[in-house]
Amino acid sequence: MQLSVWTYEGPPHVGAMRVATAMEGVHYLLHSPQGDTYADLLFTMIERKAKRPPVTYTTFQARDLGKDTSQLFQTAALDIVGRFKPDAMIVGASCTAELIQDDPAGLIENMGLPIPVIPLELPSYQRKEHWGAAETFYQIVRHLADKDRRPSDKATRRPLVNLLGPTALGFRHRDDIAEITGLLGNLSIDVNVTAPLGAAVADIAKLGEADFNIVLYPETGDLAADYLKRTFGQPAVRTVPIGVGATQDFIREVAELAGVDSEPMLREGLSRMSWWSRSIDSNYLTGKRVFIFGDATHAVAAARIASEELGFKVVGLGCYNREYARDIRAAAKLYGVEPLITDDHLAVEQAIQDAQPELVLGTQMERHIAKRFAIPCTVISSPVHVQDFPARFSPQMGFEGANVIFDSWVHPLVMGLEEHLLTMFRDDFEFHDAAGASHLGHQILPDTGRGTSVTAGGVPSASSNAGVTTLVPLHHPADGSPPRAGEELWSPEAEAELKKIPFFVRGKARKNTELFAAERGVATIELATLYEAKAHYAR
Amino acid sequence: MNAPAPLALAQAEDCAPVLKERGQREVFCGLTGIIWLHRKMQDAFFLVVGSRTCAHLLQSAAGVMIFAEPRFATAIMEERDLAGLADANEELDRIVDQLLARRPEIKTLFLVGSCPSEVTKLERAKAATRLGAKHAPQVRILNYSGSGIETTFTEGEDACLASLVPVMPTLAGDAPKNLIIVGSLPDIVEDQFRRLFAELGIANVASLPERAVADLPGIGSNSSFLLAQPFLGDTAQALEERGARRLEALFPFGVEGTTSWLYAAAQEFEVDERHFDDVVRPYRERATTALAHHRERLQGRSIFFMPDSQLEVPLARFLANELGMTLTEVGTPYLHRTHMVQELAALPAGVMLSEGQDVDRQLDRVRATKPDLTVCGLGLANPLEAEGRSTKWAIELVFSPIHGFDQAGDLAELFARPLRRRDVLRV
Ligand code: SF4
Repeated sequence: MQLSVWTYEGPPHVGAMRVATAMEGVHYLLHSPQGDTYADLLFTMIERKAKRPPVTYTTFQARDLGKDTSQLFQTAALDIVGRFKPDAMIVGASCTAELIQDDPAGLIENMGLPIPVIPLELPSYQRKEHWGAAETFYQIVRHLADKDRRPSDKATRRPLVNLLGPTALGFRHRDDIAEITGLLGNLSIDVNVTAPLGAAVADIAKLGEADFNIVLYPETGDLAADYLKRTFGQPAVRTVPIGVGATQDFIREVAELAGVDSEPMLREGLSRMSWWSRSIDSNYLTGKRVFIFGDATHAVAAARIASEELGFKVVGLGCYNREYARDIRAAAKLYGVEPLITDDHLAVEQAIQDAQPELVLGTQMERHIAKRFAIPCTVISSPVHVQDFPARFSPQMGFEGANVIFDSWVHPLVMGLEEHLLTMFRDDFEFHDAAGASHLGHQILPDTGRGTSVTAGGVPSASSNAGVTTLVPLHHPADGSPPRAGEELWSPEAEAELKKIPFFVRGKARKNTELFAAERGVATIELATLYEAKAHYAR
Repeated sequence: MNAPAPLALAQAEDCAPVLKERGQREVFCGLTGIIWLHRKMQDAFFLVVGSRTCAHLLQSAAGVMIFAEPRFATAIMEERDLAGLADANEELDRIVDQLLARRPEIKTLFLVGSCPSEVTKLERAKAATRLGAKHAPQVRILNYSGSGIETTFTEGEDACLASLVPVMPTLAGDAPKNLIIVGSLPDIVEDQFRRLFAELGIANVASLPERAVADLPGIGSNSSFLLAQPFLGDTAQALEERGARRLEALFPFGVEGTTSWLYAAAQEFEVDERHFDDVVRPYRERATTALAHHRERLQGRSIFFMPDSQLEVPLARFLANELGMTLTEVGTPYLHRTHMVQELAALPAGVMLSEGQDVDRQLDRVRATKPDLTVCGLGLANPLEAEGRSTKWAIELVFSPIHGFDQAGDLAELFARPLRRRDVLRV
């Protein structure tokens, strides 16, 4: 058993739903109790889908156990065929149905339904959402891709590719696909099929007609791409075009496989991001400490952008999906940090606290953690909430994606000259760090630990309910107020001086000074200790 | 005013035949109740023994509302627990130790069963006894099941409160009469009711649950109780088994319902009729004024309830009788006939009631009858809106203060808002 409060990934059948909901004409029969229908709201509420997910839940009850559950399952299958007339059906069990062992695959096989039926084996007690999506997509491809289709004569057409991996509920998948399809078009490359997102059963059938595959989301597309390589000999591009550099690499790789010339496009100036980052205003971004956590693909991409394209310093890097831990480990080595592979958000919270970053790039979980610590944060990876499905075009991939990333990562930070003014004039009653970045509205966050209203010890709670119990009170708030026991460690003068340091580096300063003092056996931190530590840690 | 006429208590037949359906359901399971229960009982923690699905349900239903460290968690069962590689009991003990060490302020721990724990016959009650002995007296361990194979949405609260009944202190046979308000209410509503009872002269009032499990009310043969929620069948039965008497009334929604509910208590505690009238009159007038604002918009509009919380029947009665709405269909996951006697009698004649669900057929009926407003779950709301139908999320009715006189206007507003929005939008 594993104690869990919030989870990064749902069960594997939610992954299967992401695939079915993304596609056209595919219905999912899920053997499950009624409560599992909650998953519909992920799509209709969080992603604001206008249609119900194409999922029928058998919703068996306790009184059905041992007698009627398989009957319910078969009746539901017939109802689906009659009512929704899908082109194909996927069938499987949720965690509870797995335990009652009705064998959906066997049950459905004997029914002789008039459409292709694909049984899924998604072990709920071992695997999770991303894997469930990948496995489901792979099974669909394996069953429905027509093995006789092959690319037509190259001389008569432009190069043809498949885009693999986008699903429902994906972080910016809708816009990434539009961006990348446009980019490929400019390279004179056509898209044969994008799948699962938007693909019909007939599209899956013709996957074999493409010259090669592009795996945009390895977490959900890798298994299918491997199969297509084995079966059709289609090579796969696995460079994920997030960030300017990665997009350039992607273009070179794709162009080479397609036999087209990438030079004109690469010469063209590409992305505003390059200039925005080189422009003088961005100088203040240099060395900003950034903590990155998400799915492995987005986290690795973010680390490269942070380091190479914005001049940040990566102080933490991790992912919640173990399946791709290897990628994170390799990247972590590159940036000289410990890789963090965990799906325990409390461990992530602890790591963020230890790293004292100035910016957090993460999922909705990290957004909430960062909010509690009053650290700026931008969301870069699923799981995400409703506000991360924007109405506007907002890709992460390609050159426009890089522009979006520049804007959305830099926006939460205090801007260049303002940062200096904050440092120079600590006591201005409205232009002080407790007020936050002025372009974000002068909003004093009560109990966030910023500026004047400092609470010692404990994590300030995000709730206004006074009765809320926060976590174990071992956290330092973002400004680094000491835990109660350590209060006498700081002399009043040193403590006062510490508060004159801008909030976004104050926590780090406190930590470093305390470490410095501890290493030297200094019992009380005086003004001088603070500055000695500052000199010692000067970067 | 006159005291509410006792409604036809002995009505032998339904006001209309009830359509019973058994098909695919689109409702939450009882685990969902934890989302409001853990806020209500501030010294309690809810540990679900379940799967990743259960954890994901709680987090999805809770959404961003409560990202402060919640007082609930899931012990997620894994392959090794099922394969017998790990003794599930030992694992559970380990998790509980870990949790209690982390959250030393917990006084009551609910072990909450789920479908996987029930199907694998994990012995929840035995585990609670074992762990209870280990952690007494600092922590009391209770247990109930919120599984989807046994409970629908609000029935999880019923199961939770029923698990509290056996540990309520026993009052002596000659103890003075006391009144227990049953059902978790928002604090503001609970306080309003307490004030009203005090004004009526009923002093000995307690709630189940109280804000701290440590303050559970006493119970004995001189206890009576009022159900504040319509979904508390098992809890009521457990209270009756301990000698308390259920006071028969409408549920406290709207002017009519709240008056009837208070009146039932007034009668039990022999409050003078005139005094009762004097006390409630200003509240009734205030509420009537508040409702008048919304009547104009709601009068004559039709409403369809998909089954969700069992609040459907009392709310339909309120909307029909006090706001003039037309009831197209009133669906409820379960119709508790004994507790609904007065409500059913108060419904307009010939209302179409349905119990249980076959979601696709029910949606067909929504499309065929074209109600002005459909009350439904989160999974259905946007798809119906996209078809041009106005909807109201049923879950909001469980999360908002809607009981009593001073919330009657707010309750009407919840239904009026989607219609008003539809009228103002030009996009
Ligand atoms: S229906 Fe059962 S398995 Fe599903 S979330 Fe509820 S308790 Fe868990």
